[in-house]
Amino acid sequence: MSGAPILRAVLSQPSGAIGITLVVGHVMLAVLSPLVLPHDPIAQSADLMLQMPSLSHPFGTDRLGRDILSRVMLGGREAMLIATLATLVAMVWGTVVGIFLALIGGRIDTYIMRIVDALSSIPGILIVMIFVAALGVGATALIPILGCSYGLSVVYIARAAALDFVARDFVLAAQARGEARATILIREILPNVRDTLAVQGAMQWSWLMLGITSLSFLGLGVAPPTPDWGLMIADARGVMPTAPWAVLWPMAMLSTLIVGVNLATDSFAKALGVDRQMGVRAA
Amino acid sequence: MLGLILRRLGAAWITVVVVAVVVFVGVEVMPGDACTAMLGRDAARIEVLENCRDRMGLNRPPVERFNAWAGDLAQGDLGVSMKRERPIVDIVGPRLRNTLILAFAAALAGVPLAIGLGVMVALRRERPFDIIVSTTALVAMTMPEFVVAALLILIFAIWLGWSSGVVTAAYDAPALTLLFATPLPAVTLALVYMAHILRMVRSSVIDTAGADYILMARMKGVPERQIVRRHLLPNAILPTIPVIGLTLAWLLSGVVIVESAFNYPGLGRLAVNAVADRDLPLVQATALIFGLIYVSMTLIADLLAMALNPRLRTRRL
Repeated sequence: MSGAPILRAVLSQPSGAIGITLVVGHVMLAVLSPLVLPHDPIAQSADLMLQMPSLSHPFGTDRLGRDILSRVMLGGREAMLIATLATLVAMVWGTVVGIFLALIGGRIDTYIMRIVDALSSIPGILIVMIFVAALGVGATALIPILGCSYGLSVVYIARAAALDFVARDFVLAAQARGEARATILIREILPNVRDTLAVQGAMQWSWLMLGITSLSFLGLGVAPPTPDWGLMIADARGVMPTAPWAVLWPMAMLSTLIVGVNLATDSFAKALGVDRQMGVRAA
Repeated sequence: MLGLILRRLGAAWITVVVVAVVVFVGVEVMPGDACTAMLGRDAARIEVLENCRDRMGLNRPPVERFNAWAGDLAQGDLGVSMKRERPIVDIVGPRLRNTLILAFAAALAGVPLAIGLGVMVALRRERPFDIIVSTTALVAMTMPEFVVAALLILIFAIWLGWSSGVVTAAYDAPALTLLFATPLPAVTLALVYMAHILRMVRSSVIDTAGADYILMARMKGVPERQIVRRHLLPNAILPTIPVIGLTLAWLLSGVVIVESAFNYPGLGRLAVNAVADRDLPLVQATALIFGLIYVSMTLIADLLAMALNPRLRTRRL
């Protein structure tokens, strides 16, 4: 199955339809919001501090008098961009290493997997924190760092998926023909594990969104004054008793996006017939 | 059997060594060192930088420093914090205790509740109660911890006024004060644990309910209650216990977020503060301790799995 029939199968499930709607809505909002912003998202105003939702500021204002609606509309852009690029990095290196290990096998495979095991045993967020501490990085450096650490779980998935095929006749035939390992990886194995990897990629993306917003919440991710949901929640915690809207809106945005991605991924996995590993998120 | 256990211990030891190497090399390969990170703009002044490097012993070759660092570690010496200028062991000790208190309290409350709910839900599969609980668990699983934390503060601390929103107790406060002055951090962590474990128990019970021996028991007329109690539950719950251990280990990093969200004086918040202070020795030490906790938890889970499931004892690891 490919293309349109899969999409139809996804949309025919209620959870898939809801998930796709949420994700598409969020992506469109992220892309189009700069064109329709009601206010300047970083303009501060002492007169407008912590205003209740009103006609001119439908979502209220934060403790610096900034319009929450405008900030919430933009608040996912940077995180989503970082998550997308980091997912690409993670998927590419994780897939290549994972499939190569499955093809090579033997002692090299065992030793490298031991190292991967050990690396995975440090909580992902701490690896990232070590690098952030040493480099004092901004958002751009987060992409390779997150990509490298989140790629570890891709190695497991890609290796396990490829192991189902390395002993099949068509791979042995390719080896007998004297094809290079890289050719076998691309031409023989990759097409067979594509669906599994696609589902894994979607899950990686939602984990990375969680990871980045968590880092932003801790003050180690997206740097202010860029509007970001994690930062907004951290920033508005102190004023929750008087201005609960300042923390509720970014929470609602982040939640709908994450739930949407997960619902859509579940339905895609079902439609593709991939067993979605109920993995625990890596962050 | 003994050989298997020894091999598993060996694997755990290798993991510990690799974690230590990664924590050391991760800092080593990056531009700058602990001194440039800590000094920031002052690092431009050569004499200040050299002075700091001499003091930290950073002018020696990396291999020599790794050996010294690892040697100290083996003796329980984690080095000296740059920012606080105190032995890291003294800083980490009480905070590690606080984190363990938090994690144990959350697990102690969350795990039995999750198992109970998971079984109830599985026995009422696809009914409204199951759908509500399972969906809630799925949402709780996918939400970041800090959103759950902020929501709980808003509901229980601000709207209902049942407890204070952030922990105000000092890091050396008695365990009970830490837990009961503000139960919300433990509740947040317990909720995240529960969501994962509940879904696992639910699917295990549902899988087991389809087994032939359950059908057999039903056919020979065993009362339904007895089927559940004698045939279904032991076979469904036992295999999940080691997996629960692994899940708790995986969810360990959530502590970092939860502690920061509630200002809880534990190891996770210490790690975040150390990063903000760019105190590399302290960051390395906290990362290493988290790695050690993870390795020991997975080790216990694996040994538990071997103890509970005889089939695993014959398999090569």
